[in-house]
Amino acid sequence: MATNGNQLETEEQFQEIITRYPTEQRYIMPIMHDLRNRYHYLPRKALEMAAAHLQVPLSQVYSMATFYKAFSLIPRGRVRLKTCDGTTCHIKGSQTIIEEVYKNLGIRPGETTPDREFSLETVNCIGACAIAPALIVNDKVYGKVTAASLKTIIREYGGRENE
Amino acid sequence: MNKSPVNNPDARLVLVCCGTGCIANGGLDVYRALQNELNGDEGVRVDAVTKGTGCHGMCARGPFVRIMPDDINYCQVKVSDVREIVEKTLHGGEVIKRLLFRDPRSKKTVKSHRDIDFYKRQHKIALRNVGVIDPASIEDYMARDGYQSLRKALFTMTPSQVIDEVVKAGLRGRGGAGFPTGLKWKACAAVDRLPRFIVCNGDEGDPGAFMDESVMEGDPHSILEGMAICAYAIGASAGFIYVRDEYAQSVASLGKAIEDARRHGFLGKNILGTALSFDIEIVRGGGAFVCGEETALLASIEGNVGEPRDKYVFPTERGLWGQPTVINNVETWANIPFIIHQGAASFASIGTAGSKGTKVFSVVGKVANTGLVEVPMGTTLREIIFDIAGGIPNGRKFKAVQTGGPSGGCIPESLLDLEVDFDSLARVGSMMGSGGMIVMDDRTCMVEVARYYLNFLAGESCGKCVPCREGIRRFGEILTRICQGKGTVDDLNLLESLSETVQSASLCALGRTAPNPVLSTLKYFREEYLEHIIRHRCPAGICKELTEFYIDPEFCNGCGLCAKMCPSQGIAGAKKQAHTIDQSKCIKCGECVDVCRFMAVKVR
Repeated sequence: MATNGNQLETEEQFQEIITRYPTEQRYIMPIMHDLRNRYHYLPRKALEMAAAHLQVPLSQVYSMATFYKAFSLIPRGRVRLKTCDGTTCHIKGSQTIIEEVYKNLGIRPGETTPDREFSLETVNCIGACAIAPALIVNDKVYGKVTAASLKTIIREYGGRENE
Repeated sequence: MNKSPVNNPDARLVLVCCGTGCIANGGLDVYRALQNELNGDEGVRVDAVTKGTGCHGMCARGPFVRIMPDDINYCQVKVSDVREIVEKTLHGGEVIKRLLFRDPRSKKTVKSHRDIDFYKRQHKIALRNVGVIDPASIEDYMARDGYQSLRKALFTMTPSQVIDEVVKAGLRGRGGAGFPTGLKWKACAAVDRLPRFIVCNGDEGDPGAFMDESVMEGDPHSILEGMAICAYAIGASAGFIYVRDEYAQSVASLGKAIEDARRHGFLGKNILGTALSFDIEIVRGGGAFVCGEETALLASIEGNVGEPRDKYVFPTERGLWGQPTVINNVETWANIPFIIHQGAASFASIGTAGSKGTKVFSVVGKVANTGLVEVPMGTTLREIIFDIAGGIPNGRKFKAVQTGGPSGGCIPESLLDLEVDFDSLARVGSMMGSGGMIVMDDRTCMVEVARYYLNFLAGESCGKCVPCREGIRRFGEILTRICQGKGTVDDLNLLESLSETVQSASLCALGRTAPNPVLSTLKYFREEYLEHIIRHRCPAGICKELTEFYIDPEFCNGCGLCAKMCPSQGIAGAKKQAHTIDQSKCIKCGECVDVCRFMAVKVR
């Protein structure tokens, strides 16, 4: 039994999420959304169970899980940093944020720190262009992020700098 | 009897913007603090209703609070300002000057939103309720003539009259391609197969665009009403709203609206007692840009990967599960109730010969008043960027405006007087897209911008057809090479011939329009490419390998701001003496350039 954050991953829990939906192919994505919202990634066992419930091949579920960017097959960190790399954030310095995260935490987009504390990903425009560059930490949006304020944010979430 | 105060001109209302931008700036805290302050106080002497509304548009200055009926507009309000607002403004009727909007050009404070240039020049149809009503209140929507159009259509018009009205209005799809909406409905209604479906495309994927988000968050019922009217017109039984994964607030707002609409009999079985039965379901997207393409979006709803198909047969004939389907964008749907209520002629009287009505633009990037702007079609770029959005801040120079999302083009200063509509933008090598407008100043490198878009599209290409999947990657490689100073003049020819292939041979619009950023920057900013290739220099100071910053001692007065802001402590100098940059420490982030008020930091 694996753990992620404080969420236990049990087959009973997977089943509870999956059986909220009728047996129709179009519910693959809603189930994956619910799994992601709970575990921040898609556990393999849960996908196998979803395929069985919806009566679709596992390959169909797998192809969707890997096609859509909202999902990850790799566990995410306790603190999930998402830098917005929409056009506005990009021209206002999102690359600098990505570099600074690497300097501070040693992770690049798509990676999780070995202690599973922090993970980083980039997203395409969260519609907060007026306060670019934006950074989302778990579900909180931070605007006008600079190299200096990033350090404060990381410290706020319990990160140590590795300088 | 509708008790909503939104249409009562004398009602005391405190409207707090709770759009995404304002929430990130603390808008929700301000909203709660105002509610507490007004509800908790036993000696309340004012009868004020606090409303959390959708986006007011001026996101850069949020959180935004508007007090009616006096129309006092406060910007950048903090929780610590709340008590003062209640005591001075609500109880004492006094305006707090410090919180008023300050015009970036005249430097004067402005009280009423009607006097703020940003609002004064706008014409709101699609955004008519956004920022005015509480999106969670169906009563608010109904007080603003909401669902009157549905009633009008159901009880006084035949389905074909509804379609004719939309045709006559000349409404064209706001999602990008600009296909006439009425003709789309007509084509779908003519296909004699049931069931027919209706889809709302809320997969607003263009980076830098958030107009659909603001409608979904701020006025969800306008979309539902538009779809219900269409259901009556074409005889559809089910509708789907496909919302982008990143828009959690939109999902919540639409979900609440659908429930309320069902309860009031505007959705569900036998709508308003008629034979029409129609219901709407929300489908959350998976974070794939290509799903904004309609056939990919339909595949995604069906539970497949979002790969487009060729459109020999349009979705109006074979759409969702092979059935006739009308698919329109959020903003298009929001226009429908207005057209039915006010009549086609009223709508068609606004705009240009080929593009009727208004268009919402999200004007972002290097402008003073970042935000949402709705203007009649045919308004010039100059009016939008300079008169409404307040021009370029920090004394910098306008360089280009990018319209149409990643597949649009960059338009230079010489074309600022262009009257914006579907056709004029296409003529200059860009497009309307969904209405993103990204303003760039002289600190933006056009080669790097092209590279950014092509890399974005490379990541979003679904991979089904070769020209798009392979071609866009090659663009990325060539442009990266140029940004690193390793490009050759021959690369420019290569870019052009590759553009031709990708444009003509790709399966869907994503690939066919992908070369636009390259072609438009090559056309208008060729010099900048050559500067990178021949002189190994990035004039904007963005491409790190080709950039070296220095401080011009003639302009530097030694204020020390750059040294303080430098994230790598790479700037030194005595007080009131010209400072210098230690090149070995410089990470080329450009913070010093942006903070210097004397334009002393320059690119070598």
